[in-house]
Amino acid sequence: MSATVAPAATLAVGGVPYEAVIGIECHVELKTETKMFCGCRNIFGGEPNVNVCPVCLGMPGALPVPNRLAIEAIVKAGLAFGAEVPAFSKFDRKNYFYPDMPKNYQISQFDMPFTLGGTVSFWLEDGTQRTIRLTRIHLEEDTGKSLHAGSADGRLGGSTYSLVDFNRAGVPLMECVSEPEIRSAAEAVAYLDALKRTFVALGVSDVKMEEGSLRCDANVSVRPVGALTFGTKTEIKNMNSFRSVFHAIDHEIARQVDVLASGGRIVQETRGWDEAAGTTIVQRSKEEAHDYRYFPDPDLVPIEFAPADRERLCPDLAELPQARLKRLIADDTLSVKQAQQIIDTPGLFAYYKAVVALGPAPQLVVNFLLGELARLANEAASPTASSKFSPQAVAEIVELTASNTINSKTAKDLIGRVWSEGGSPAEIVAREGLAQVSDPAAVDAFVREVMALQAKSVADFKNGKENVMKFLVGQVMKASRGKADPVLAEERLRALIG
Amino acid sequence: MKELLDGDAPAIARAVNGREVSAAALAQAALARVRERDPAVGAYLTVVDDLALECARRVDARIAAGESLALAGVPVAVKDNMCLEGTRTTCASKILENWVAPYTGTALQRLLDAGAIPVGKTNLDEFAMGSSCENSALGVTRNPWDLGRVPGGSSGGSVAAVASGTATVALGSDTGGSIREPAAFCGVVGFKPTYGRISRYGLIAFASSLDQIGPIGKSVEDCALVYEAIAGADRCDATTVDRPVEPVRPQTRDDLKGMRVGIVREFALDALEGSVRKVYEAAYRDLERLGAELVEVALPTADYGVATYYLIAPAECSSNLARFDGMRYGLRVEGVDVGATYEATRAAGFGDEVKRRILIGTYALSSGYYDAYYVRAQKARTLIAGDFARAFERCDVIACPAASSPAFEFNAKSDPVSMYLMDYYTIPMSLAGLPSLSVPCGYVTPAGTEKPLPLGLELTGPLFAEPTLLGVAAAYERETRHLAKGGPPVTAR
Repeated sequence: MSATVAPAATLAVGGVPYEAVIGIECHVELKTETKMFCGCRNIFGGEPNVNVCPVCLGMPGALPVPNRLAIEAIVKAGLAFGAEVPAFSKFDRKNYFYPDMPKNYQISQFDMPFTLGGTVSFWLEDGTQRTIRLTRIHLEEDTGKSLHAGSADGRLGGSTYSLVDFNRAGVPLMECVSEPEIRSAAEAVAYLDALKRTFVALGVSDVKMEEGSLRCDANVSVRPVGALTFGTKTEIKNMNSFRSVFHAIDHEIARQVDVLASGGRIVQETRGWDEAAGTTIVQRSKEEAHDYRYFPDPDLVPIEFAPADRERLCPDLAELPQARLKRLIADDTLSVKQAQQIIDTPGLFAYYKAVVALGPAPQLVVNFLLGELARLANEAASPTASSKFSPQAVAEIVELTASNTINSKTAKDLIGRVWSEGGSPAEIVAREGLAQVSDPAAVDAFVREVMALQAKSVADFKNGKENVMKFLVGQVMKASRGKADPVLAEERLRALIG
Repeated sequence: MKELLDGDAPAIARAVNGREVSAAALAQAALARVRERDPAVGAYLTVVDDLALECARRVDARIAAGESLALAGVPVAVKDNMCLEGTRTTCASKILENWVAPYTGTALQRLLDAGAIPVGKTNLDEFAMGSSCENSALGVTRNPWDLGRVPGGSSGGSVAAVASGTATVALGSDTGGSIREPAAFCGVVGFKPTYGRISRYGLIAFASSLDQIGPIGKSVEDCALVYEAIAGADRCDATTVDRPVEPVRPQTRDDLKGMRVGIVREFALDALEGSVRKVYEAAYRDLERLGAELVEVALPTADYGVATYYLIAPAECSSNLARFDGMRYGLRVEGVDVGATYEATRAAGFGDEVKRRILIGTYALSSGYYDAYYVRAQKARTLIAGDFARAFERCDVIACPAASSPAFEFNAKSDPVSMYLMDYYTIPMSLAGLPSLSVPCGYVTPAGTEKPLPLGLELTGPLFAEPTLLGVAAAYERETRHLAKGGPPVTAR
């Protein structure tokens, strides 16, 4: 099973090794037709303030009505990670004033979220498996978007006025909170990647950081390795890509270790990642923290789940990315990177499984799928899985190559042909006599023919011009119309030239 | 025409459906009446002449096309905390003084669909917070029985409109007694149905878990007619109950034989002033005379009602009223930055009582106080509901005073708590979500005045027992005919 004890990311400074303790909260917009509590369309972009109604604008007298499909989506997401779905759940109001929040409270969930617990497994590039526990996943409504005008950098500070776009207000938002079990920036990114892969597979979200459908904050602290208590944490915000998550956390760990190593003290605060400066900067100290005055939203009734609901909504766990990756890495001994590529390319996993079921070794199959075929698919801008290249054809090519029945040159031609025309590579080889010539006597005939025609080159070789051999092998291949075994050809050339 | 306007809603609907009179003519007459009588009463904040005539024309067209409408041509007044598209909807607050609603709420839309003609939007205590209508920031409403007295609140404008005959029926909203207490003060029937029976969509929230729209009329039957038109599940309000609305039009029954009427031990009449007490003693005797069996029931936790209510309602209001910040609609007073703009807007836009409740509620929900106040209040609420459930094992309806006194004079209640206690008899029912109404039960004439003032008998049923409740109220009303003893002086002018 997996290693649940973290490999400590130790950063020894002044002789004291430190480890980082990281928890991640991420907000994921659900890909529903309509918003969380009204019938407005849930789509990214567009003219400002067109997908709005009295409900999502917080007009006086308007009331929220929950979107059943959004609730089902979050339950699916939780079940995908083995979370518990409590029988009883409710919505609460989180009260604070902000101009892009229409009601000046956000409908969220406080103490009875839709899902509790669960685990997220992922693999680091070196093959280490990590499993991080989820605290909870809860559902809330997104806010509108503020646009600040008149300041140099589009930020609030220095702006002369602000505009608000409420198209996003009321979009269903799933907040996933991890336990503080992440130990490095690389783990943080791998964790997010695992969430993303699962949400995409479930179809519950696009998970696009650049469109804001995935946003995350990290709570970061460091402590001497072996310490049982946590250090003082900071909350890092404004990370807009996986890359910035990595750099922001990496930078923050280093900053905290520096502060502690030089005898300083970490202050609990919110820090924003400044991409351009490559550093985190203070946004808000704890003293300014809000009292959100959570209480159950009296406009919404509690939601109950029967075991039958959970059963109906539970995804096929064996076919989720986590389980598939595990099979590819553990059973098929693929590298983490290969396994991820198989999983992340649409349709490729099923295709891969279909090929492997026909017998060839997984490693050979994956090399071929992620090599030659991926190149062709990329050039054609159409996926392998829907090409004329059948899994049977892949199995045949892999088999023909592995058994040395065809040489690499023939293989290459054949692959191109089958990609554009389809058909069975084994049949083509048999029909057109493309099998590699591996009989030394037959090869010798081609070698002699070449030696006769290329007397000068033969002489050059004899005089020590080693690089002429390449040319001579090429000539043998040409004479054999590409079918000679090039290794054998060279061997026979050397033998016969003497 | 005068007879129709002084009559009941079914008579108007019959006449309009039978094309004896057009809705347009009725609307004209009703509007003329508003112009004539309302300057003295001040029930309306906005009179919707154009809309009334437009609605009337539409009703006439539908009837000409062969439709029959339950409320055809019935003039209705609407409390100004309900959204009516294209019409100023103020909550009697400066913060919404010029806000025009962009949509129509469900209950009001159903009323219009049933053929009712909106006459105007009526005055209320600001955001429905008050028991006298004196907390309105936009106007003074006077009690038609004595213009020196308050109409009660918060639905003071709606009850005054019905009592003064400028509307046949009205919509009010009741959070802790805001329909029942003013109905009692103005001698009309005011009915708060079971929580969840009527959609709140379009009702500007005060306390969401308590707010309920209800009808006000000169008779139980008028209220029943309106109730049938507006009750039922609504996909725009998740707290409405998906349960069929049984017909409630009161069946003619001559007596109350077989009915067990609960008299609440804790609401002993000796606490009331002598003349008031006599009226309620007579009302209980009338119930008995009609054949009802009076049984004593206990509501031991009811005494905590006011305290419980004044934690839960302000807590919800502190959150509900947060949206009035000057950013998207309503009053905006600019400050140096966004925080200052919030503060200046809300300081100028809200009246004292609204501010007081926002502060109480904010405090009750704050971390460190939440468990001590909000959570305990919710527990008390559960106990109060439990008391009622036990009481209803022994009786079919509960009878008690709707208020401890008749309408009082302006500025008589100077401290907030004495005003809060006006709802002592109505709050427990609201906390329990029960259907409850006030029906006129007699008059008292305060010393030193010639003017009789009405009192109301509050009748309360178990959850969803609207048919029983309205049936009992109708039988009581028919047999006692307190309304027939002459209307308020203003209607005689």
